[in-house]
Amino acid sequence: MTETLKHTLLFALVGVLILLEGATDALFFSGSWNSALVILNMGLISAIMAIGVNIQWGFAGLFNVGIMGFTALGGLAVVLTATPVIPEAWTAGGFGIVTALVLGALTIAAAVMITKVMPAGKPRALVLTAVLIAGFFVYRAIFDPAVSAIEEINPALQGNIGGLGLPVLLAWPAGGLLAAGAAWLIGKTALGLRSDYLAIATLGIAEIIIAVLKNEDWLSRGVKNVVGLPRPLPYEVDLQNDPSFVEKATGLGLDPVVASTIYVKAGYAVMFTVVLLVLLWMAQMALKSPWGRMMRAIRDNEVAAEAMGKDVTRRHLQIFVLGSAICGLAGAMMTTLDSQLTPGTYNPLRFTFLIWVMVIVGGSGNNFGAVLGGMLIWFFWIKVEPMGLLLIEAITSGMADGSPLKAHLLESASHMRLLTMGLILLLVLRFSPRGLIPEK
Amino acid sequence: MDLLNALVALTNFVIVPGLAYGSQLALGALGVTLIYGILRFSNFAHGDTMAFGAMLTILVTWGFQAMGITFGVLPTALLALPFGILGTIGLMLFTDRTVYRFYRQQKAKPVIFVMVSLGVMFMMNGLVRFIIGPGDQRFADGERFIIKARAFKEMTGLEEGLAIKTTQGITVITAVIVVALLFWFLNKTRTGKSMRAYSDNEDLALLSGINPERVVMYTWMIVAALATIAGVLYGLDKSFKPFTYFQLLLPIFAAAIVGGLGSPLGAIAGGFIIAFSEVTITYAWKKVLAYVLPDHLAPDGLVQLLSTDYKFAVSFAILIVVLLFKPTGLFKGKAV
Repeated sequence: MTETLKHTLLFALVGVLILLEGATDALFFSGSWNSALVILNMGLISAIMAIGVNIQWGFAGLFNVGIMGFTALGGLAVVLTATPVIPEAWTAGGFGIVTALVLGALTIAAAVMITKVMPAGKPRALVLTAVLIAGFFVYRAIFDPAVSAIEEINPALQGNIGGLGLPVLLAWPAGGLLAAGAAWLIGKTALGLRSDYLAIATLGIAEIIIAVLKNEDWLSRGVKNVVGLPRPLPYEVDLQNDPSFVEKATGLGLDPVVASTIYVKAGYAVMFTVVLLVLLWMAQMALKSPWGRMMRAIRDNEVAAEAMGKDVTRRHLQIFVLGSAICGLAGAMMTTLDSQLTPGTYNPLRFTFLIWVMVIVGGSGNNFGAVLGGMLIWFFWIKVEPMGLLLIEAITSGMADGSPLKAHLLESASHMRLLTMGLILLLVLRFSPRGLIPEK
Repeated sequence: MDLLNALVALTNFVIVPGLAYGSQLALGALGVTLIYGILRFSNFAHGDTMAFGAMLTILVTWGFQAMGITFGVLPTALLALPFGILGTIGLMLFTDRTVYRFYRQQKAKPVIFVMVSLGVMFMMNGLVRFIIGPGDQRFADGERFIIKARAFKEMTGLEEGLAIKTTQGITVITAVIVVALLFWFLNKTRTGKSMRAYSDNEDLALLSGINPERVVMYTWMIVAALATIAGVLYGLDKSFKPFTYFQLLLPIFAAAIVGGLGSPLGAIAGGFIIAFSEVTITYAWKKVLAYVLPDHLAPDGLVQLLSTDYKFAVSFAILIVVLLFKPTGLFKGKAV
């Protein structure tokens, strides 16, 4: 069996699994086309995130465990770009917020300047501390009243600064930009140090981004969530009230309600596929280009690459920003798909470490591998629960009904997910460390 | 009088909780730092190891409570602790045998080990959720307070009360005992010395006939004990919830790095630095300042620098500052 055939078959397998999900309700499949499309859509988004991580890890060997943060920033970008403008909020506190943020940035810039200009020693430490402390208090003095002014405006529905009222599709690149900015800041500090430090720094920045989203109500309404974000596709209800759509659906022999839900989900699937294909093409071109070869050379031997005159830290920063931007883009797409931003639901196991499982299982260093891993692992992530339930039912079928052990096992079946993902990761790392579709 | 009141309020809300939290972080960071020094990777599964050890201890505690065995005024969990430690040692040795040893023989790169520890983290996390569920578990019993706030007020006649929870006292005392034992072990015993030698210079240690597998085995056993103790103390003091243990990973790593990865002394210092910064920065200073400052200067707001939800940001900020200015940490850790 040739390599290409094997890889095609692997992709076909994912396709068949998703088709089966829609077609049959045997075993762990649900037999609902809606559910199949939901899995497909999130699978496509996961594949994009996996490409982003693969660019960082597979091309350059950077270990980023802050994917959750970049994804969440993408989500925030949707709120900031696409929700309607709230003029009252801007008049009440917009000026204060912007001034405070600019002042905060200036303080940090001043601190950086001081560190660069003054010689190390006691005077520098004193001036630095003084500037930082003064900056912090001035910032809080301007920031706090502006925030409470904004949060007082219509708190049941808004209470935040609102967005720019732009089309929601613009939010996707905006999400990428926001994530890229954060990645630049974190990369600037942590890259060039030891590899574990980047891991821990990214782990931290992700937690902080989530904390900001949860607590800064003026920005993202915090745990009150932003719901009803604009959508690029029509609402199901509108479709059901549209006579021409109902006519077409009945003409095809479909129930208009089902047809409308499937129409919307399929629409998203098409949009996501287009984005995925474009990114995949770009990633492939980058991998083949001299730039890609240089990246792999740096990954395989940093010292040699440096001797050849390559600026390793700079290149690392470049690729770190690029990969994070892709994760931000995927995050914006995900929030658009959900049409709500729920900061409370971001969990590192799901949004960071699961993506890592996808990349490792698919084949690090290979973009097609990342896409395959993303879709396959996402399918299992969804389906491990019913699979686990089947398994536990099979195991406990011999036990007496009503025994506490059986009840506990059945109840805990839903926690099989993490266990299985860990097992898959360990097995792949051990027996097939290059993944399903290895790097060429 | 006002100054005394301020001092008591400060002790009650900052110093005592900071000491307890610092001890817990220090024990956790010691485990991370030992793994880093000897096995040479950052163990992402450490938080979940703590959760696993704490879970085993909780299960045994419940068993004891059901049998009517208690530890008087002290929490029953202390009696159950040795069983928890033994179980966790078993799991650690099993994990090492089935998972990590293969990569050691391959001489895999540290980042591969980190990856593998992610897999172990997933599995342990799943295991804990599978056995005890993702919810909150309370298992502290016995006397709740060493000193109650009201009793303290009556005793001293001050306006401010000082409350010290039993769990806080136990945490600090246990941490001191454990750290003393650990340092005695590392500095005085033959195995401890060989561990340090292996950590300092692997090749030289191998040349002088130290058996690496033995060193690794002892490391895992010590780490399992440290993780279980840290997990149980944290659970007694706050409450047991698997996800919070996962989140402890960040302050623990921060503590280990601030102190210098691979340096046990650094881990302890780092633990207290992180804990006290978190507590002081997220504490509302209004009360203390109101006592200390003259009336016309008394603050209107809460004088809280950051809301408690940002406590991770504090450990992170310290981490970044140390990385920027002293990447090897305060106590010269190793840079592999």
